[in-house]
Amino acid sequence: MNNTVTHRVENAKPLLEVRRLGVQYPVRGRWPWSARGRLRAVDELNFNLRAGETLGIVGESGSGKSTLARALVGMQTVDAGAVTFDGRNITKLDKKSWRPLRRDIQIVFQDPLASLNPRMTVGRIVGEPLKTLYPEISTADREGKVVAMLERVGLSRLHLNRYPHEFSGGQCQRIGIARALIVQPKLLICDEPVSALDVSVQAQIINLLKDLQREYGLALIFIAHDLAVVRHISHRVLVMYMGRMMEQADREILFASPSHPYTKALLASAPSTDLSPEDQRDRQMLEGEIPSPTNPPPGCVFATRCPMADEHCSRQAPHVRLLANGTAAACHYLGSA
Amino acid sequence: MSRLPQPEQGRSLWQDAWRRLRRNRAALVAMIVLGALVALVIVGPWFAPWSYDYIDFDGDWGAAPSLSGSHWFGTDSLGRDLFARTLQGGRISLLVGFVATLVSLLIGVTWGAVAGYYGGRIDNVMMRIVDILYAMPFMFFVILLMVLFGHHLVLIFVAIGAVNWLDMARIVRGQTLSLRQKEFVAAAVTSGLGSGAIIRHHIVPNLLGVVVVYATLTIPQVILVESFLSFLGLGVQEPATSWGMLVNDGAREMEATPWALIFPAAFLATTLFCFNFIGDGLRDALDPKDR
Repeated sequence: MNNTVTHRVENAKPLLEVRRLGVQYPVRGRWPWSARGRLRAVDELNFNLRAGETLGIVGESGSGKSTLARALVGMQTVDAGAVTFDGRNITKLDKKSWRPLRRDIQIVFQDPLASLNPRMTVGRIVGEPLKTLYPEISTADREGKVVAMLERVGLSRLHLNRYPHEFSGGQCQRIGIARALIVQPKLLICDEPVSALDVSVQAQIINLLKDLQREYGLALIFIAHDLAVVRHISHRVLVMYMGRMMEQADREILFASPSHPYTKALLASAPSTDLSPEDQRDRQMLEGEIPSPTNPPPGCVFATRCPMADEHCSRQAPHVRLLANGTAAACHYLGSA
Repeated sequence: MSRLPQPEQGRSLWQDAWRRLRRNRAALVAMIVLGALVALVIVGPWFAPWSYDYIDFDGDWGAAPSLSGSHWFGTDSLGRDLFARTLQGGRISLLVGFVATLVSLLIGVTWGAVAGYYGGRIDNVMMRIVDILYAMPFMFFVILLMVLFGHHLVLIFVAIGAVNWLDMARIVRGQTLSLRQKEFVAAAVTSGLGSGAIIRHHIVPNLLGVVVVYATLTIPQVILVESFLSFLGLGVQEPATSWGMLVNDGAREMEATPWALIFPAAFLATTLFCFNFIGDGLRDALDPKDR
């Protein structure tokens, strides 16, 4: 490892443990009386997250990223598996038990403007979690904290009485970040926080998140559909496809030598300027669309689009295996085959 | 003394809407006219030379309007001063309009927002109740109330409010369903707010635009319903009156004393016009597409 910080982090006990997590949506049949189908939005997902560590989660749309985020903040019922936070099982908590946990787990949403109530001033928006989760803090103290947090994310006290529609997308996302961090959570989940922003603004927001993470020692889950964005901020990257984990690896390893054919294809399909002409020619482009999640293919879910797939793949789903370089991948052709 | 720069005052969406509304000529004129009308109706009877139920035996019955005499709008077929009666009728008509709308607003917004926010079975049950009440014939309902409780002004409020909140509840529920999906509601959940607080602070304030427009368009509708009830003899009772009743009485004597029809009808029509213009103006001003 390249620095001591990561090393220390690696030895610490995980803050968040996700074991065989499964989330299903009921799907209506063709007729009201026909049997209800099940859509496995997230299936058999495993990962650990330590304080101060960032896990990037990548996948195409419909791969279950946002469902995972919603499940982790208790807004989506979990159907299988377990989520342990700080040594405590939080898989099946009711609304009331979630309340104290909200101080420790916060979320930043995808659409910066839609995540702010248009009828509230910025000061009220940012102060709201503090008001509900720490009612003992006095109004004056709360305002002081709100101003400090606004200044920390690059806004100022001048903005306190303004309304969300008076801000740009990047500023709105800063407000969203300030609202999430005002209660000083231990875990911050960012559900595609930059995909609605301009590229130049994306970098600013990502750098801000990086700085804040270091400052507060946050455990960060950063969801994106863009590998380049994830590369910037993550220590580890988890690649999802149709709710399943395809590959999980340290950032350096994943980007230098991806193992899973899906990861390879994702990396290849990312537009890039620093590929040599030969590499450009050899790029494998993914063909076809994600299969319907209500009726997933038998066997490996990626088999329908995988360049390496054979008959075995479309019959039997692969297990996740640990490879020699520390990567975990779900593919029949990797590891001890 | 702190030397910190003071926060700038932002423009809320309400302030924006108000500015747009003021730029709308028709709405602005309608607001001024309506304001004057309401003021006249409230204050006027105190300064009118005649009382609305006093029969002027010295004058002619059905006297023509004259500015030189004291019956500015003339008298009706019973010799009562039409100016006083028109103002008195306006009081009742506007009161019914505002109170019944307010009642339907309170019930409708609460009902619709709760049904829409909780969704699922609660929503189903609540909206089926609305459907059932919808199916009740309105006139039957009013007659039933009259028979059970006798004629009373409050009953008109109850009857009209009880019917009008159904529309309001449906509109509000639809809006709430779409608001509930917004990320700021999810953010409120992760901020630890309970359902009641979310409905009060996040859902209802964002509904008010639609609600205000609908309420402005409901007031004239309610005034007309009251006129209709009075026309059928189910509304206000003599000697009290309303615009609807005055128009009804005036229409009967239209050939002999046209002023008994013209004055109350003009007041009624002006009021309805004003409300409709204001409603249209508000709809334009509050249009979320302009955000």
